[in-house]
Amino acid sequence: MEVILELRGVSKDFPGHRAVKQVSLDIGRGSFFSLLGPSGCGKTTTLRLIAGFENPTSGEIWLNGARIDMLPPFRRNVNTVFQNYALFPHLTVRGNVEFGLRRAGDAAERVRQVLEQLQLLGKESRRPAQLSGGERQRVALARALVLAPDVLLLDEPLSALDPQLRKQVRAELKELQRRTGVTFLFVTHDQEEALALSDRIAIMSAGEVEQIGTPQELYQKPRSRFVASFLGEMNWIDGAGIRPECVRLSCDAGRPGTITHMTFLGPHRHFTIRLEGGEVVTAQTAASAEHRAGEAVHVSWDSADELRFPL
Amino acid sequence: MTRLRSIFLAPPAVLMLVTIAVPLAIICVYSVLSRGAYGGVELPWTLENYGRLIDPLYGGIFVRSFALAGVATVLCIVLGFPLALYIAQSGARKNLYLSLVILPFWTSFLIRLYAWMFMLRDTGLINTVLQSLGVIREPLPMLYNNGAVVLGLVYGFLPFAVLPLYATLERLDQNLLDAAADLGARPMAVLFRVTLPLCAPGIGAAAILVFVPCLGTYITSDLLGGSKTILIGNLVQNQFTTARDWPFGAAVSIVLMMVAVLMLFAVRRRGEELL
Repeated sequence: MEVILELRGVSKDFPGHRAVKQVSLDIGRGSFFSLLGPSGCGKTTTLRLIAGFENPTSGEIWLNGARIDMLPPFRRNVNTVFQNYALFPHLTVRGNVEFGLRRAGDAAERVRQVLEQLQLLGKESRRPAQLSGGERQRVALARALVLAPDVLLLDEPLSALDPQLRKQVRAELKELQRRTGVTFLFVTHDQEEALALSDRIAIMSAGEVEQIGTPQELYQKPRSRFVASFLGEMNWIDGAGIRPECVRLSCDAGRPGTITHMTFLGPHRHFTIRLEGGEVVTAQTAASAEHRAGEAVHVSWDSADELRFPL
Repeated sequence: MTRLRSIFLAPPAVLMLVTIAVPLAIICVYSVLSRGAYGGVELPWTLENYGRLIDPLYGGIFVRSFALAGVATVLCIVLGFPLALYIAQSGARKNLYLSLVILPFWTSFLIRLYAWMFMLRDTGLINTVLQSLGVIREPLPMLYNNGAVVLGLVYGFLPFAVLPLYATLERLDQNLLDAAADLGARPMAVLFRVTLPLCAPGIGAAAILVFVPCLGTYITSDLLGGSKTILIGNLVQNQFTTARDWPFGAAVSIVLMMVAVLMLFAVRRRGEELL
């Protein structure tokens, strides 16, 4: 993997609290990398440090082999898609897209290409106020991508869209990244988004990186209790974590309990079981599993599926 | 509910009627009547008062008034904008700075203009100090000219420019400024390509708030401009006092007001186009 962006022990202190603590990570050229974590975990501050809106208290940021952490934003070859898009309301779509180009005339073909890529042809002379939410997001993307950044920084770009649109735009975003080959650094608190889009994910909590890996690694081999609970569902029984899809239901083998709730989800079923010790376990089975709410069952799992963490 | 509303709205409505609508109507009527021998007005009805304004003498006064008010307005905005920007970005000290901007209002404008006279006149503070330091031999003619009037206007109306500019700058979305820098704009480019265009409505409001009272001013030109600098305001004042030609004074006021209203509409139109 050729590293395009590297953070080395980056910290950021604000008066009264440390927003980012010793964050180190590297991002491969052309990859889709996500910073995932609950709100207030420091992921947006990390993005702002890379964009140059904040300067780190300590640590280094390297882009394309050059140290950039003390450069002002206009000298860094990264561009940002803001959460509210931050389109210039006094400029047209074309004016917004051409904003960062030094001489717009020279890049006419490039502007046209990007507008086409983002399905904005025919809307060049509209103002942001005359666009739909999805169109505004595409203008924000076009405005940044036209400058061919080394890394495109995206700050929760889907959160301002309505839920029906979000899944569709998510697929388009992935396709855009694959087609343009631009490195995407995506900040989100939505684990589903991060899992669906990313080549690699860094999970952050309280200003620190908890774990970096592919979506599969993070899901199957979480290194901490936080990562295990944050990604997907997890049962905690006697200190061990067991995924709902690893729990088996039978008539005689394992711990006895009672099914309190069953949800049919199409391809599979979700059961909630109260064990005799009072613990509640969630199990996910094939849709064909013949169990009903109120039924007494036994719950078991392979010890290989247990995830254990030092407390 | 509606009754309660009308109870609370009645006093200001009556006040507006008595202090604005009625005097305005009186001025309108006066402007189409004839001059009384010892002031006042009498019949017959006539439009001659407006016709007299065609005289180049009055044209010159109008042009000078517009020019001085225009220069004062531009200076107020050019000086007020950086100040407003600084205040908008100064965080916790905003309120302190804003109260400093309006602090001069605590003293009468007339007294403050006298203070300027004491500073600017031939035997005033500035000339005395410069002479005693040997910088100049003869006193600089700083009072009783157009420059002194513009200085007085800018001094008096700068707060009227700073306040609306501050209000616009304070509401400006910081993300837009970040976005401009992110797209490669240097601080000066951010100012001219994003901050200033987005402040257009505030600049328009500041321009109106400064220009309109400057256009009608008479105290400033009377005290700092001397007899050479007659402005529309002084013309109106003279008609109602020494010249005892009330109808003509009324006609001049009406024309002045119409021009101001037209400009107001023009600026608002432009503001709506931008947004």
